[in-house]
Amino acid sequence: MSRIRTRDELNQKRKEYLKALQAQSKQILVCGGTGCVAGGSLKIYAKLNEILKEKNIPCALKIGHEIEENSVGLKKSGCHGFCEKGPLIRIDPLGILYTKVKVEDCEEIVEKTIIGNEVVERLLYKDSQGKAYENQDSIPFYKNQTRVALEHCGKLNAESISEYIAEGGYQAVAKALFDMTPEEIIEEITESSLRGRGGGGFPTGRKWAQVLRQDVEEKYVVCNGDEGDPGAFMDRSMMEGDPHKVIEGMLIAGIATKAHTGYIYVRAEYPLAVERLKIAIEKATDRGLLGKNILNSGFDFVIHISQGAGAFVCGEGSALTSSIEGNRGMPRVKPPRTVEHGLFDKPTVLNNVETFCNIAPIINNGAQWYKTLGPEGNHGTKAFALTGNVVNTGLIEVPMGTKLREVIFDIGGGVSGGEFKGVQIGGPSGGCLCLNEEENHLDLNMDFDSLKKVGAMIGSGGLVVMNEHTCMVEVARFFMQFTQNESCGKCVPCREGTKRMLELLTDITEGRGTLQHIEMLEELADTISNTALCGLGKTAASPVVSTLKYFRDEYISHVVNHKCPAGQCKALVNLVIDSDKCKGCTKCARMCPVSAISGELKKAHVIDVEKCIKCGTCIDGCKFGAIRYE
Amino acid sequence: MTTEDIKVLDDILSSHDYNPSLVIAVMQDIQRYYRYLPEESLTYISQKLGLPEAKIYGVATFYENFSLDAKGKYVIKICDGTACHVRNSVPILEEMRKILGLSDSKHTTDDGLFTVETVSCLGACGLAPACTVNDEVYPAMTPEKARELIKKLKEAEGV
Amino acid sequence: MAKYMIVDGIRVEFTDERNVLQVVQKAGIHLPTFCYYTELSIYGACRMCMVEDSRGSVMAACSTPPRDKMEIRTNTSRLHDYRKMILELLLASHCRDCTICEKDGRCRLQMLATRFGLNQVRFKDTRPEMPIDDSSIAIIRNPGKCILCGDCVRMCNEVQHVGAIDFAYRGSNAIVTPAFGRTLAQTDCVHCGQCAAVCPTAAIVVKSDLKNVWKALYAPNTRTVVQVAPAVRVALGEEFGLKPGDNSIGKIFTALRMCGFNTVFDTSFAADLTIMEESKELVEKLKKGDTQMPLFTSCCPGWIKFVETKHPDLMPYVSTCKSPMEMFGAVIKDYYKKADEESGLKTVSVAVMPCSAKKAEAARDEFKTNGVPDVDYVITTTELIKMIRELGIQFNEIEPSAPDMPFSISSGAGMIFGTTGGVTEAALRRVAENSQYAMKEIEYSGVRGFDGVKSAYVTLGDTALRIAVVSGLGNADELIKKIKSGEEHFDFVEVMACPGGCVSGAGQPHAYVENKKKRAAGLYTTDKSALVKRSNDNPVVMHMYETGVLKNRAHELLHVHYHTCDKK
Repeated sequence: MSRIRTRDELNQKRKEYLKALQAQSKQILVCGGTGCVAGGSLKIYAKLNEILKEKNIPCALKIGHEIEENSVGLKKSGCHGFCEKGPLIRIDPLGILYTKVKVEDCEEIVEKTIIGNEVVERLLYKDSQGKAYENQDSIPFYKNQTRVALEHCGKLNAESISEYIAEGGYQAVAKALFDMTPEEIIEEITESSLRGRGGGGFPTGRKWAQVLRQDVEEKYVVCNGDEGDPGAFMDRSMMEGDPHKVIEGMLIAGIATKAHTGYIYVRAEYPLAVERLKIAIEKATDRGLLGKNILNSGFDFVIHISQGAGAFVCGEGSALTSSIEGNRGMPRVKPPRTVEHGLFDKPTVLNNVETFCNIAPIINNGAQWYKTLGPEGNHGTKAFALTGNVVNTGLIEVPMGTKLREVIFDIGGGVSGGEFKGVQIGGPSGGCLCLNEEENHLDLNMDFDSLKKVGAMIGSGGLVVMNEHTCMVEVARFFMQFTQNESCGKCVPCREGTKRMLELLTDITEGRGTLQHIEMLEELADTISNTALCGLGKTAASPVVSTLKYFRDEYISHVVNHKCPAGQCKALVNLVIDSDKCKGCTKCARMCPVSAISGELKKAHVIDVEKCIKCGTCIDGCKFGAIRYE
Repeated sequence: MTTEDIKVLDDILSSHDYNPSLVIAVMQDIQRYYRYLPEESLTYISQKLGLPEAKIYGVATFYENFSLDAKGKYVIKICDGTACHVRNSVPILEEMRKILGLSDSKHTTDDGLFTVETVSCLGACGLAPACTVNDEVYPAMTPEKARELIKKLKEAEGV
Repeated sequence: MAKYMIVDGIRVEFTDERNVLQVVQKAGIHLPTFCYYTELSIYGACRMCMVEDSRGSVMAACSTPPRDKMEIRTNTSRLHDYRKMILELLLASHCRDCTICEKDGRCRLQMLATRFGLNQVRFKDTRPEMPIDDSSIAIIRNPGKCILCGDCVRMCNEVQHVGAIDFAYRGSNAIVTPAFGRTLAQTDCVHCGQCAAVCPTAAIVVKSDLKNVWKALYAPNTRTVVQVAPAVRVALGEEFGLKPGDNSIGKIFTALRMCGFNTVFDTSFAADLTIMEESKELVEKLKKGDTQMPLFTSCCPGWIKFVETKHPDLMPYVSTCKSPMEMFGAVIKDYYKKADEESGLKTVSVAVMPCSAKKAEAARDEFKTNGVPDVDYVITTTELIKMIRELGIQFNEIEPSAPDMPFSISSGAGMIFGTTGGVTEAALRRVAENSQYAMKEIEYSGVRGFDGVKSAYVTLGDTALRIAVVSGLGNADELIKKIKSGEEHFDFVEVMACPGGCVSGAGQPHAYVENKKKRAAGLYTTDKSALVKRSNDNPVVMHMYETGVLKNRAHELLHVHYHTCDKK
């Protein structure tokens, strides 16, 4: 690939590539996100390629110099977001989305849609009423989204720099290099009121300004891709689906703060993201968009990838830089702050993936455009990973301030498996939201400030929906177990405090709780929140605090009445055999490890609750579904 | 250590320019090769990188992904992230452990074929509950599917 | 206008204090801490020193820089609750056998629990059993008493560059340990014991030899001889109400006799011997024109072990002189040999040292004669304090006494061995011309003071010597790198393993740096009033060389060849 030496050459290439793309009569975008890959999308990609070849249809796997008229573009894209329905295929320019595609469907897709311009009805998305949607953009899941950071995810070949350039990629870098001073770039970012998407919501422009102000030769731009929150995969999708956008954001940060080296810290659990980023960096370097004298501007910038090794705490800034430096990822005291003494003790811009993905759009379209999205002080959009008991799990992006109700019901298609009970937002540092007589969080605006008011946080954007069968004490225990396991062990409140909170919560879910347990939980939560060393420690108790606030009844019920209202805590429920369903086959009695089940052949059996250890072996064994927790 | 081992380690070290701040990357490469971090290898890199052994041991034990014990040929990671947890990942873990005779304290089978561990989130929440076998993702798992998966892997090994 | 802070309503001015904690200290309030030492990096892990500002934010005083007009409170109801909770959490995971603990009465966890009136631990007792590591000859680690404040880790790594221990694992499984769960004896530990010196609990302590010493004292047909190192005299009294730096050597001699020792000596005397030998070695080296590498001192066993493990190539440049303790050990055993044979007595030689590494030194094969150590037992200042306490000796009330004949005179030069720069100054006094002017020139050359690295030019006849004085092994390590790279050149380098020298040794009572400086000042005061200033003016020393035990035997008794020199 030839090097792009100047801004003019970049524009010229853009035209060339655009023309090549437009020359394609159809484009098949096979989702290459982790979800769909696991569902077999790579096999589908190979099969489609094979069929197109067989049928002698000119197929373009990438865009090069030769323009082949009426060819079909076949590409692996980033995550389309609608993971629930994967593997997904989008066909442009028709805008058709096929869901749950199998290898066997490929022949028909080529035959009917590619050659015949017809729709394969059975592969379309259908809503709960059975209505089929032909056009992807009309599906409620997509219709109600506003995609900025995710704009290219699912629409571009994630491994092609040419396509990225065709779509206007690296234009923002050119603009930042030639039309703007570092101060003007920062002014634009500040004006847009972009706030860090990693959790804290610190104004990005202000952070950059602080780094620019440091009169030090060596500075760093670090991208935090250590998305460790259980239940979040936004950053992963962006790194996998649109890696050049991450690079472009980092480059602009480098230009604005006069830094020349970047690091992307990626979780080791994201091998695909690492691979795509590596390819992207390699290609950008080949094309001269990274390295020395970028676009003949005199500006140099290189990017390294640093892989995590499995520690949630490395999402914290100082722990992350410590990990890049080859140390245990333990947060350090602040000050000094990262903007002054960050990576290798040098001034460092540290933003997360999503934040960097917002940079190029802001530079291209201007701060004023960005401010049309979202409410005052919370402008822009936010990506969420919508998971849990929701019909449409997936990756979404909506303007800040969108109501929770719209996200769960309009986009998410409603709660699955039962009635809505609550959502957990912001991961282990976040809180739970609810709907009851006093609180109506469904109509809460989802933005930094509104969430903070109710004791939750946007965090990195994990949104787990929970139905009535979810025990909130168990949810709190689950998060505490996570935090306790991930505590670095440095400061006493977090190391010892979370251990004790987990102990108390386990007591409660296992039926040993008392009112004193709740009291001690509150005392510990207060101490930990106020005295822990780092942000993770300070928010470690949030899931407990918010569930105690909004679901206190459940705690009380566990410790006073010894009942788990959701029926989830095994120690507090009993196993019963439904005498109507039981056929008296004796299988359960034979399987029971403690001989707690008795009954005569062909007559309904009973469980001795005194003997029963609630292991559930009988439930798994019963062919008639006659045994259940009560 | 054999000369072969030393060559492997030297190659890894030189690919990272003997840079002590890249010790995590060095250990990741070592683990990729041996599937765990043999003690002698860490002692060796400690000398070559000029870092105290205690420090390297500290780093190796801090991060979840490093293992100082030999792992199985198939490393099965069961996701227990929020989404998977809510969709019942625990019974899958229990089933796998039951079949393979493993527990909370014993992660690798005696024949060295299987290691079963949990991971806090694979980021494959849309596929919940999920697990991976040597980094290949298996979506929407159930205890039933887990049994089949193990059976398939065992058959492939001829056991 | 001077900058100020309001601390609990009191106006406190500040200038360059590095954190709020130091400003609070100026207000006369000692905030509780476990992990704060001015000589270590700020770690901020114990969260005991929390203060509250006027907006109700809670912050750790150790890691918050003071701001002008900042208003804080140190004793609000919340802070009280938080501190109590932190203590309760620590105690829940900590051994509670206080009455039989080595550190009883001196343990900071115990002291703070008492100070905050903690009277219950409501959490479950889930303390795992952790084996005690007593493999080391000088140091015992008891992980069950560790509160993970990291003081030892930072000391061993940041200050000493030894890296024998570090954190391993994480969260509530975190521990401080040698690599791969090995024992301390299997590491490069140099026995400096600075880890034990900063440990707030009894998780790391210096091994005690008291049992053996008591046994020897009560044994029949035994001649118990004891020597006391220079630094002991300016620190021991601290435990009996004396000020740091007050010289109590006379009382120490009396107390030792009351303990039952037959003969008491002052190690400063042997320091004079060291000077005679070491300065001779230096002069000969210079004469030979062998000046590419410096002559390193050899008094400090921690330093010797550090060279052996980290810089073995430098062993040939380390002086062959034994340390004063071992010189004395050899001389004592030799001196009483004949008398012992005649009387049927057995001489047991004990040394009271400010140091843990001396225990390891005494056990080295190089310092054994026919398999018997020249110095049989080494006890620390702290151990002697325990002996005095156990016997109920009223230290403040006893009369001072003098050391025994024949080694009863020491020079001021020998006494300042107890602090960094002392050996160098003593050696310079020996080699420089004998004049008031020369003494002053040496005093102000820059060898004095508590800085970790000092360097000076000293004129010696018509040559100028370049000299470095280093304390703290990390500083030595850095200096060695510079010497090896050619960035720096020296003729003579004094190294003491402990920052500040022997006054800061791990065998001394616990102290912060201010008091360690006072101890050093106390030694210089002693030197000022000493009748003999230079080692070569010590009549006993000169007599020994001319007609005494050292006649023609100086090399045999006073020099050592470390076996590690033989390897490669």
